Amino acid sequence: MGVSFAHFVIQTLNGIVSGMILALVASGLTLIFGIMDVVNFAHGEFLMLGAYVGVITLAATGSFWLALIAAAGVIAVFGALVYLTTLRPLLGRDPLTTILATFGISLVLQNYALWQFGPVARKIEEPFAGQFTLFYLDYPWYRLIIAGLAGAIIGALWLFLKFGTYGIWIRATTQDRVMAQAMGIPVPWVLTGVFAIGSAMAAASGVLFAPLVGVDHAMGVDWILRAFIVVVVGGMGNLGGSIAAAIFISLLDAYSSLWVSPSQSIIVSFVVLILTLLFRPTGLFAPTPK
Amino acid sequence: MRPRQPVVFWIGFGLIVALLAVAPLVLPVFWRRLLTEILIWGLLAMSSDLLIGYTGMVSFGHSAFFGLGMYGAAAALLSSNPPNLWLALAAGLIAAAVVAAFVAYFSTRLRDIYFAITTLIFSQIFYVIIFTWTSVTGGENGITFDRPPLAIPGLFSQPFTATTLHWFVLAVVTGSYLILRRITQSPFGMVLQSIRENERRTRAVGYAVERYKIVSVMLSGLFAGLAGVLYALQNQFAAPDFVFFVVSGETVIYNVIGGIGTLVGPLAGAGFFLLLREGFSRLFTVKYLAPVGLGGLAGMSYLVPVGLIFIAMVIFLPQGLLGFARRWLNR
Amino acid sequence: MEPLLAVEDIHSYYGKSHILHGISIEVGRGEVVGLLGRNGVGKSTTLKAIAGLVHPNAGRVLFDGQPTIGLPAHRVARLGVGYVPEDRRIFPLLTVTENLRTGLDRHGVSKAKKEELLDKVYQFFPVLAERRRQPGGTLSGGEQQMLAIARAMMLEPKIMLLDEPTEGLMPRMVSQISEIIDVLHRDHVAVLLVEQNVPLTLSACQRIYIIEKGVVRHHAPAAELRVGDPIIHQYLGV
Repeated sequence: MGVSFAHFVIQTLNGIVSGMILALVASGLTLIFGIMDVVNFAHGEFLMLGAYVGVITLAATGSFWLALIAAAGVIAVFGALVYLTTLRPLLGRDPLTTILATFGISLVLQNYALWQFGPVARKIEEPFAGQFTLFYLDYPWYRLIIAGLAGAIIGALWLFLKFGTYGIWIRATTQDRVMAQAMGIPVPWVLTGVFAIGSAMAAASGVLFAPLVGVDHAMGVDWILRAFIVVVVGGMGNLGGSIAAAIFISLLDAYSSLWVSPSQSIIVSFVVLILTLLFRPTGLFAPTPK
Repeated sequence: MRPRQPVVFWIGFGLIVALLAVAPLVLPVFWRRLLTEILIWGLLAMSSDLLIGYTGMVSFGHSAFFGLGMYGAAAALLSSNPPNLWLALAAGLIAAAVVAAFVAYFSTRLRDIYFAITTLIFSQIFYVIIFTWTSVTGGENGITFDRPPLAIPGLFSQPFTATTLHWFVLAVVTGSYLILRRITQSPFGMVLQSIRENERRTRAVGYAVERYKIVSVMLSGLFAGLAGVLYALQNQFAAPDFVFFVVSGETVIYNVIGGIGTLVGPLAGAGFFLLLREGFSRLFTVKYLAPVGLGGLAGMSYLVPVGLIFIAMVIFLPQGLLGFARRWLNR
Repeated sequence: MEPLLAVEDIHSYYGKSHILHGISIEVGRGEVVGLLGRNGVGKSTTLKAIAGLVHPNAGRVLFDGQPTIGLPAHRVARLGVGYVPEDRRIFPLLTVTENLRTGLDRHGVSKAKKEELLDKVYQFFPVLAERRRQPGGTLSGGEQQMLAIARAMMLEPKIMLLDEPTEGLMPRMVSQISEIIDVLHRDHVAVLLVEQNVPLTLSACQRIYIIEKGVVRHHAPAAELRVGDPIIHQYLGV
């Protein structure tokens, strides 16, 4: 079973497309971890709920773009509420209690969605029809567009962090929470804001990704596992590293599914994770050990 | 000179065991099975408590130990003819031990969050392997097999009835509890607890923390695997669902709800959780809810309210239901 | 005329350790006051309590007439308290300019005013101007100290809390710190200086408190104390 050049190119494209979406999901996760040391188990569920908000908005307005914006907005607020009620009281305690709490939130949200929307997957139509011919395939334009959109959102985040006042607040708080307070930065609001932004990014990726797969209550679970791998391999709290790691892992995934079945290809990512933890625990793509 | 456990404890213990032994004789079939299940999940939760409650290492890997115990037993029961109980136990324990050895290695290299995530990934690796290696494991559908008789080769052989199986499970679980209790109260157990309190200080005082962690993981894995074997015996069925990390998560929930670091707490937590599950699935139906005007809630999974209770407990009552009695239970 | 800062009988614990046993000090508007004492007597904790980074269990802190205990630290900073901690703690991955902006970017400050403040600081600290695009972590110890002070000055504070600013600095830089305190004083910014360097403290400050084991043991105008004074010898061992 030879692998032709055509196969390889197509898988590269596929890898980059999922890599960009994974990068979007992982950026939110790593941003949150970097600033408040919280591993948000429920991140995948924000993705899932974002996708559902997208489904509902699309059905009501017919506009994919409105769906994207509504999902990000609604889940940003929802994320902030979740943070304020359940995570803020836990800050400063044993970090493992936040893992437990977010795991609990994840369970509740998944089952709530199952009850509210039922087990049948929903569909979001691709906003752009049309394909181009790549070798023997008709490759849909839409896939490249979502990769671009995900990249644009990440780019916007990067610019925001680099130049805006709030970006400086976030970076300062991530580096030294105490001194940020001493400089008059309203740290409690910054933390809430970052959690909201991270959640919104997850929600956006849910809507972007939805046309590729169905929207159902369990769609977050796969993403959260991959996102964890990416965040660890990329270096906890390292935004650039997460993006590089996301593309790396997705490409590995895509290439290995040339040889094994897709559900098994995730083992390759697992192995990479384990090797990273053993030999370079600060992250393969992290510049300096923290 | 440690004060001896009050007589009260042993009387209570004896009473509870007696009640559990008598139960299958008076309960209807469904509740009898549920009780046996509670015991099995309770054993799994106790094994997890050793890691979380006593050594302070949160692990999501128990579904891997449990699942491998289950599949190991299944393999033994399918390959031996007539199916041999002791072979199943041995195979299950060995399989769980192998996985535990892996995890134990990582426990010494990684701390806290990284360890928790790695154990989670481990469970998923096994899930994927079992799910996709259909020829060996039966894949998604799992495998079924016959229950072996309670037999000592050459002496006697008696097939299990529901009641005698319950007693067997009760004996194994009670025995495990007593062993685990002995372990946690021994000097070894004291070192584990000091690792949980302050690992750096424990190391500074001169203890080989790594070795203690390894033994703790191995023990925890063995008892979890044992629970898996019991489950296989009870249900005559092994499926990949039990290896999915959510099972580990639920186990951790039993621990937290029941009270970490108490051993019986997690068992009580398992009971609480499973009874709630039954209660909810019975009561959250249109029949009961509509008259109260809450018909819209019908069909909601028990996990939603239970999950909310769990989150509330993590925030407000982190020591769990029996946590207040932790000192007393550990004397 | 009521003092700018009044610390009244504050007690503070760290776990079970009783650090502050009832400290009371005062700083008038524009005054330069020194806190002297050995290591571990509670000088840093006192500054942290004033900055709102530590919450005393008893007592009062009044800043500009307002009680500040229980206020979140960022509100206390906004009231006009500039805090320069013992290990400088500049933001290592932010550039010099970005470090300054953490204090500069506040509501109610016009763009013109921000430019003015930035220019003023770069004039006074030309070394920082040179390195304005460099990450804070790449600066030398002395440069970081200047950045830490400059950063706090961006808040346009009414009082500057300086925790051992000369620690680990070369003698040449020590005199620069002295100059900086003079400039602050001329700008009518009050200074509360915690130091182990006795000569510097005596020359820069108007009043001195000597602290031992979490209480004030001696309080006098700086003019009454000399280097080698038996009181100083008694409480500081120098």
